[in-house]
Amino acid sequence: MAGDDLILAGSCGLGCEAGGFWVDPSSPVPLAVITHAHADHATAGCGRYVATPGTAALLRSRLGGEIEVEELAFGAVRSFGSVGVSLHPAGHVLGSAQVRVEPARGPVWCVSGDYKTEPGPTAEAFEPVPCDVFVTESTFGLPVFRWPEQGGVAGSMLSWWRANAASERTSALLAYSLGKAQRVMASLAGAGELPGVIGVHGAVEKLCRVYEGAGVSLPDYVHASKATADSIKGTGLVVAPPAQAGTPWLRGFAGDGGMGTAQVSGWATIRGRRRWQALDTGFVLSDHADWPGLLHAIEMTGAQRVGVTHGYTRPFSRYLREERGLDSFMLATRWGDEDAE
Amino acid sequence: MMRAFADLYLRLDATTSTSAKLEAVAGYLRSAEPGDAAWAVAFMTGNRPKGIASSAVVRSLAVERSGVPAWMLEACRDAVGDLSEAISLLLPEASAAPDACETGRGLGLRDAVERYVLPLGGACEAERREIIGEAWDRLRRHEVLVYLKMIRGGFRVGVQRRLLSRAIASVAGVSQATIEHRLAGGFDPSEDAYLSLLAGEREGESGRGPYPFFLAHSVQESAEGLASSLGDPSDWIAEWKWDGIRVQLCRREGETLLWSRGEELISHQFPEVIAGARGLPDGTVLDGELLLWDGSSDRPADFASLQTRLNRKRAPAEQPGLFEARSPVMLAFDVLESGGRDVRPEPQSVRRGLLEGLLAESREGSVRCSPTIGFDSWESLGEARGSARELGVEGVMLKHRGSPYVSGRVRPEAGGGWLKWKLDPRTVDAVLLHALPGSGRRATMYTDYAFAVWSDDRSELVVFTRAYSGLSNAEIESLDAWIRRNTTRRTGPVREVKAERVFEIGFEGIARSGRHKAGLAVRFPRILRERTDKRADAADTLGVLRAMLPSD
Repeated sequence: MAGDDLILAGSCGLGCEAGGFWVDPSSPVPLAVITHAHADHATAGCGRYVATPGTAALLRSRLGGEIEVEELAFGAVRSFGSVGVSLHPAGHVLGSAQVRVEPARGPVWCVSGDYKTEPGPTAEAFEPVPCDVFVTESTFGLPVFRWPEQGGVAGSMLSWWRANAASERTSALLAYSLGKAQRVMASLAGAGELPGVIGVHGAVEKLCRVYEGAGVSLPDYVHASKATADSIKGTGLVVAPPAQAGTPWLRGFAGDGGMGTAQVSGWATIRGRRRWQALDTGFVLSDHADWPGLLHAIEMTGAQRVGVTHGYTRPFSRYLREERGLDSFMLATRWGDEDAE
Repeated sequence: MMRAFADLYLRLDATTSTSAKLEAVAGYLRSAEPGDAAWAVAFMTGNRPKGIASSAVVRSLAVERSGVPAWMLEACRDAVGDLSEAISLLLPEASAAPDACETGRGLGLRDAVERYVLPLGGACEAERREIIGEAWDRLRRHEVLVYLKMIRGGFRVGVQRRLLSRAIASVAGVSQATIEHRLAGGFDPSEDAYLSLLAGEREGESGRGPYPFFLAHSVQESAEGLASSLGDPSDWIAEWKWDGIRVQLCRREGETLLWSRGEELISHQFPEVIAGARGLPDGTVLDGELLLWDGSSDRPADFASLQTRLNRKRAPAEQPGLFEARSPVMLAFDVLESGGRDVRPEPQSVRRGLLEGLLAESREGSVRCSPTIGFDSWESLGEARGSARELGVEGVMLKHRGSPYVSGRVRPEAGGGWLKWKLDPRTVDAVLLHALPGSGRRATMYTDYAFAVWSDDRSELVVFTRAYSGLSNAEIESLDAWIRRNTTRRTGPVREVKAERVFEIGFEGIARSGRHKAGLAVRFPRILRERTDKRADAADTLGVLRAMLPSD
């Protein structure tokens, strides 16, 4: 049965032989359909990429302008071999898409990539795709992951920043440079008046430009550097990738009252994760669906077969089989190896 | 309030900064009701109430309340690294709790303990389920986490005794030694006990504490190096560097107190030593090392057995028969107070003379004088140091004859001070074979590694130790990612990985062991560095390790 499947886990990830392409391959292939531009989904060196315009802009920024990208608008159908391929919003980051694959005959598949069901200010809202076989991620596929209301989280982040600013303590939010950083900035701006300057790390800045180019509105920010440090110190906020935690670069922005550092991630739910990174605090804000979000998304597709990829694949798949009566199976990919959000 | 205590617990858990912990504890004590603070102090001193619920009861109730299957609860526990935390995240947010918060009056810690913890002690299973269920209805998520830790046994708050007594001392405005002494006999969590803990100092209550400890500098030179930096060997006294617990024994006004270097009072864990000090004159303070002495081999027992004794909360009954083979012994090497007089400014040689006057060098008794090592050249001392391993010591100590006893680790000026000349750790190149997730803060990463060396015929890799310290966070993260990608087999939480990566493992001691497949066990194993220059087939063999075993 599995051997006849339209999409199979192979040497480079998920491949569709009938269409002659791979979805988010882990090593270079001639034809790659890309769900979104995070590093673990968009490998360099492929012959040709197919992606939404938003993802295409991010791919050019990340992999270089010379790559060959065919832009496919959300909802448009393109034929590859004997299958029709269309991309549908996944709500994860700018341009992120689910890949719907319809064969000449037989079941329709949809590969989710990474997705978030709750709408946010910086990614196109998730759209359920009716299909027969749904391939879902499971990054947060355990019932302990239930996100708090995101407006409340934005409010807490802003209060934390304000309290820090009042005691001349610079705030630093550690967030992935692609997607999370921009969402944090837009959410803060939506939560109220900002107490100081936002300074962003170079990697974040580059991607903010792409977001703005795609029409996403972000609050004012400066490139955090020696030249702007004085304006950031004390009352400002630094937005930087998690790898910058504890670096001399980040400490260079500390105000008279020092610096408060917080992680912004779904992992902040778990106490151990916060302690591990020796951070002061954590805000639970994720670009992935939480447990109820995953279950709801699966239900909305109407799919009776559900493939589970990267994350808590084993327990999630078992839950779908035993508690939801779905024909669920696991698919091995190398996505999410670095737990990149 | 229960909420304030749960916040304190999480703050202590989230930080490793001593000043932040101190501030958190002192802040809590200042604002808490005495009845609540009494319980908080009891929990922080490791005093646990009797009410204990079995994991089975807690698990089945959690499954019932959360609606997830039992196997899923276990999957969550594995991911979170802690059953109590996993349950607190799975339960629906309490319905009764928000009211309490709005009025600003949550449930007090004392009330919570009296209503939902203590009654568990005498309750049958059905009653326990009812009590725990009621608590869950009343408490918010992080309170549930702390409550579960309280009733599941082994509740530990992330604060050292020394830090707690410092915080209490700062709130009470008395010395830390006074608080240590007041806490020493155990603490009864009543409002009265808390108020007398915080009371002002009574006449004669101060002056029971230890002196600040004198710490040695480490030297790693060869014998020739010492010759040029330290000069004439006759200016120096040499002693063995014992591998035990540094202590000060204070005998004053007919009472004997044993203080650890953390200024914790540990008298009640070592009644044999206290008994052995009965003959010392009043007004005597000795500095030395506490060891568990193995009578049959006439050398110190391993550190682990001493640790077991130290961690015991209750005083062991004095049963001479039981500890005949291994009994705690203090090896004193200095006198700080003699005849009630502070003798620390006296030169080392004078203090040594005083010590030998108090304690004749002896292999008997539980307070002994640590012997000196006779040597006439740095080479001969080097030879003595070479025999340290067979004697079960860490190396040698060098003390300048003219040195006063000073506080802390004082940089040795030319020709003075205390120096420790330890043996180099032993090393072996081993292959990473299995990895396990860590616990607590490391629960979501593979940070617990098993290392193997080749069998003598190099036909198979044999695991000989586990190690988890020595790598930087960045190294651990990259190794974690590698482990996930290079797993060859999974058995429960254990991942077997490709035998590719070689690490230099350092350790202090090595002993035969029937419990380990390798037939030996190493002590203080740690990763020194990765041998990226070596392939797995070039790693060491068991024979290399066996050659390091002490001959017997």
